[in-house]
Amino acid sequence: MSTELDSPRTLTAARGRAAQRGLTTRQAVSDRAFRVALLGATLLFVALIAGLFVELVHGSWESIVTFGAGFLWSSEWNPVTNHFGALPFIYGTVVSSAIAIVIAGVVGISAAVFLAEFAPAVVARPVSFFIELLAAVPSVVFGLWGLFVLAPILSQTVEPFLQRYLGFLPLFSGPIYGVGLFTAGLLLALMIVPTVAAIARDLIQAVPNELREASIALGATRWETATRVVLPSARAGIVGACVLALGRALGETIAATMVIGNRPAISASLFAPGYTLSSVIANEFTEATSSIYLSALLELGLILFVVSVVVNGGARVLMWSMLRSLGRRP
Amino acid sequence: MIAGSRLAASRRVSGIAGVVLTGFCSALAAGLLIVILGYVVVQGWSAINPAFVTQLPHPVGVSGGGVANGIVGTLIIVALATLMAVPVGVLTGLYLAIYGRGLPAECVRFLAEVLSGVPSIAIGLFAYTILVQPFRHFSGLSAAFAFAVLMLPLMIRTSEEAIRGVPTAIREGALALGLPDYGGVIHVVLPAARPLIVTGLLLAIARVTGETAPLLFTAFGSQFWEVNPGNPMAALAMQIFTYAISPYDDWHRQAWGGALLLILAVLVLNIGARWALRGRTKRS
Repeated sequence: MSTELDSPRTLTAARGRAAQRGLTTRQAVSDRAFRVALLGATLLFVALIAGLFVELVHGSWESIVTFGAGFLWSSEWNPVTNHFGALPFIYGTVVSSAIAIVIAGVVGISAAVFLAEFAPAVVARPVSFFIELLAAVPSVVFGLWGLFVLAPILSQTVEPFLQRYLGFLPLFSGPIYGVGLFTAGLLLALMIVPTVAAIARDLIQAVPNELREASIALGATRWETATRVVLPSARAGIVGACVLALGRALGETIAATMVIGNRPAISASLFAPGYTLSSVIANEFTEATSSIYLSALLELGLILFVVSVVVNGGARVLMWSMLRSLGRRP
Repeated sequence: MIAGSRLAASRRVSGIAGVVLTGFCSALAAGLLIVILGYVVVQGWSAINPAFVTQLPHPVGVSGGGVANGIVGTLIIVALATLMAVPVGVLTGLYLAIYGRGLPAECVRFLAEVLSGVPSIAIGLFAYTILVQPFRHFSGLSAAFAFAVLMLPLMIRTSEEAIRGVPTAIREGALALGLPDYGGVIHVVLPAARPLIVTGLLLAIARVTGETAPLLFTAFGSQFWEVNPGNPMAALAMQIFTYAISPYDDWHRQAWGGALLLILAVLVLNIGARWALRGRTKRS
């Protein structure tokens, strides 16, 4: 369906004829101005992204020079003595996002398989619609719900339950606050499920029907076809979808800030409060009094930016490679 | 199911179990929307009254008051962001659709995809360093700039797809009638692509309306009526955040009220975007 708008032969021919007739100068000038305007807008967009990177590097330069690479593995965060290290925030971000992607991956891919392979249209259409709308719910609303509904439920039922049966693991030991890494991870999972489900569903639907027909003809059931033929051929793309969702979890700010507890500590327990890169920026940026403090916070932002670019770039490459291997244009 | 009679029972059972489990996951994901909406409506309803949408916030300890300045602030910031994002987004989309072959265009597309995954807080920091720091005060304008950057990837992608979706024959027809290149695009291609572009715009607006993170250090918030985007401004999403993490019950109630207003706005925009596409088949 995606036609090349500028089908070269016909348009060049048309232009040639227009030129022979003697296109008025005014038109030629306007055509050129039009082209310059389009190019200008595109260059402006590229310049914006370059500016984003340059400004973040520029702003965090003082911190980069002062703390060097040790910034990444120092766990001291002390605005009074002006010693800053990112490790507690990197830890909180990685742990909460890891919880999120494990849960959202399982639920999202399952939902995608159901919607693409088994659900009749009467069911698939409204369910897909609801899942897509879930993706549109603002993160501050997720945060509000997480703080007043999810966190109390977890601290009164789920977390004591996990502690009673799995408390011998350091992961599930220690006091229960309600807010903490586990709550944040679960809330992030709920926020990124729609991303996984919607993209994975589209990718599964992009797998050619011939594969399904061949598998059924060989005597496989529809479930076996879905899990052993369709899913493997969409694997690269689905991994890409999960990586994309992971990127969203890593950078999510407000909802995480509201339920993670905001304490820059590294603790083995998932029930303990933590802190993420984005939430420390959200909480402390306007209170940063010294220039090195501000610069350290900007460097956290730079880390987030670089990680998100790597993660998203990787995800896109994975999804493109899948669609290409299936002989489709992305 | 195929050849049901000869299928081993275990294979059939695992198939049914699989469908039930995956179906359960779908219901879980879709049901979550209903659960969250339900909480927001039930909790938020009691907070909504005429004063809530027409009055300024009251000081701590004085109950009542509203979020009117936040609603107005959000409207102003989003409107300014739209004004900035639409020309750049649509023109870049046009460029990619018309001249977009080869490596440079692929790079621009890739950048747009990557930008759509950059955390909004990093974009807020960017807006801070170029529009707040040099002028030494927070402003609604810097928030609008951050929102515009957040809107751009979606605007570019939907504009390009919309314009590519216009059949070549229509454009050739315009040329054959003697319209110059830009004339054909402006009078023929853009009108034909408009519904899809509007859909993309509505989705982009919906996305930023609920954004909170970049506002914290751009718009900053305000207790007063502020309609001048050169000054710090209140915004609804930020008020919800501030109220929710405060220790006051009355503010919690207002946070739910604000969340109800915000979620209604976002859902209406999303459903409106789908409605603008009515009768169109999705791309295959």
